[in-house]
Amino acid sequence: MIVEGRVVKLGDKIDTDVIIPAKHLKYTNPEYLAQHVFEPIDPEFHKKAKGAVIVAGKVFGMGSSREQAAIAIKAAGIKAVVAESFARIFYRNAINNGLPVVVCPGISGEVGEGDLLRINIETGETVINDTKKIMCKPITGMALEILKAGGLLEYLKKLKNS
Amino acid sequence: MGKSLTEKILERASSKAVSPGDVIEIGVDIVAFHDLTGYHVIEVLEKASGSNIKIHNIDSLVVAFDHLVPPPDVRSAEIQHDIRLFAKRHSLKNFHDVGYGILHQVLLERYVLPGQVVMAADSHTTTSGALGAFAQGLGASDIAAIVLTGRTWVTVPQPFKIRLAGTLRRWVTGKEVALEVLRVFKADYFNGMAIEVFVEDPGAFPMDFRATVANMGIEMNADVLMFVPDAETIGYVKSERGFEPKVTTPDSDARYVDEYTVELDKVELLVSAPHSVDNVKSVREVWGTEVDYVFIGSCTNGRVSDFEIAAKIMKGKKVKTRCIAIPASWSVFRKCMKLGYIQTLVEAGCVVTYSTCGPCIGGHFGIAAPGETIVSTSNRNFIGRMGSPQAKIYLAGPATAAIAAVTGKIVEPGDLV
Repeated sequence: MIVEGRVVKLGDKIDTDVIIPAKHLKYTNPEYLAQHVFEPIDPEFHKKAKGAVIVAGKVFGMGSSREQAAIAIKAAGIKAVVAESFARIFYRNAINNGLPVVVCPGISGEVGEGDLLRINIETGETVINDTKKIMCKPITGMALEILKAGGLLEYLKKLKNS
Repeated sequence: MGKSLTEKILERASSKAVSPGDVIEIGVDIVAFHDLTGYHVIEVLEKASGSNIKIHNIDSLVVAFDHLVPPPDVRSAEIQHDIRLFAKRHSLKNFHDVGYGILHQVLLERYVLPGQVVMAADSHTTTSGALGAFAQGLGASDIAAIVLTGRTWVTVPQPFKIRLAGTLRRWVTGKEVALEVLRVFKADYFNGMAIEVFVEDPGAFPMDFRATVANMGIEMNADVLMFVPDAETIGYVKSERGFEPKVTTPDSDARYVDEYTVELDKVELLVSAPHSVDNVKSVREVWGTEVDYVFIGSCTNGRVSDFEIAAKIMKGKKVKTRCIAIPASWSVFRKCMKLGYIQTLVEAGCVVTYSTCGPCIGGHFGIAAPGETIVSTSNRNFIGRMGSPQAKIYLAGPATAAIAAVTGKIVEPGDLV
């Protein structure tokens, strides 16, 4: 599975209240949530999100269990989130909703805003601007199976039918 | 080599030997959700099973309304109405409607036992670690899968040992101990770890304080934060539920990735300054900061001991800020009424109401305006958490919050009480 896109950079400890504030949690509609993604730091964020890859620092997605954080990022058209590390609940929510999340220690120092990233999520091989190769951590095991099925719901349906 | 509490619980839950880093499937003893995540869980259940939803184990499912209490708008009322219908349709036994309590407090008081695996659709599920349970939050889809199958998967976390030694100073509580750990380690250090807390003198660190520290385990990004069960754990379950629980404890030669000792008598009154929980300062460092609004409550600090401290400080005084105080459960509320704490806070000018998460999540019942400064006993001071992104939130323990309410400033209560 290969994903690619232009880099949008964010910092360390990006929390779920910043990704999608609690006032939007009474709905799960992806189109609605996409309009409000990262609203507290940039109300116009959704306009630059389509086709982008987010590159962030430590414990991306820390905070609440709100699954809307992963849904909003995916629905805004973000192809993947690559971070130094992820908060546990967000990581699972992303996989469960078919949003690739790649652990990549050192990535913040390797790429700049607007760089082109191409990531093979099963091997971890990542190419920056078609020239420089770096290794991120591959997605493996249960997480890969769920992601490949298209999310937890599809994975459960597949299990039921097999 | 002996086993940690983490390994012991997960070996029982998976029926096999486990090591840190293993990805394992486990049985779940208690699964839970509240109103704001519950409707989402039910949506996933319906997508997975249509109208033929088969709940794996009705006895293990706990539901409590807390986030949208009381419903501030039609959509919130609709969410609760839909969950009520779901509860009726499936004859849920452990369903708690508006006013009963915040889910995590209800789980502590009525359901969780030491050594259990607890999974709930809310990040502060770590609170149940106060009883020595492996308790963590999950998203709505993962919780829906557990409701249907009784099982989930986890990566076995690396156990880390924290020892609490000595006795706390006056006014210092579990909240300051949690902030002290965040001051030393920062918010990302414990990612992928299970913190196991050993209390040297069980009586010196009561269950309320343990619940606060375990609650803040998620702010340390720990997978779980568990207090190793001791006499205090057994005493708490006995007094709340009338029986002595069996307990699971780690082996004395268990292996930990590292360990750290908190000398309790050295812990000061602390706050998390805006906008990060690990931006920890002593009250002395931010002395005199002017405050507009004080919130005392939440699943972090809405327990009897918090109201006891607030009442001691506010007795006979009047508030200079807005003050909203919310007991974490109906049970806590009634105990505080009997002890006179509610009356004291009301006389001082606080608004006291039944259990809701409203102010803590910036939902309703006390939203902050741009430019306002808040002292809150809750757990998060992220940008925009309690309302306006231009509001500044200082997280604090109950004493710092109460003295801020009556002086309008961040100060220590020491010389004023």
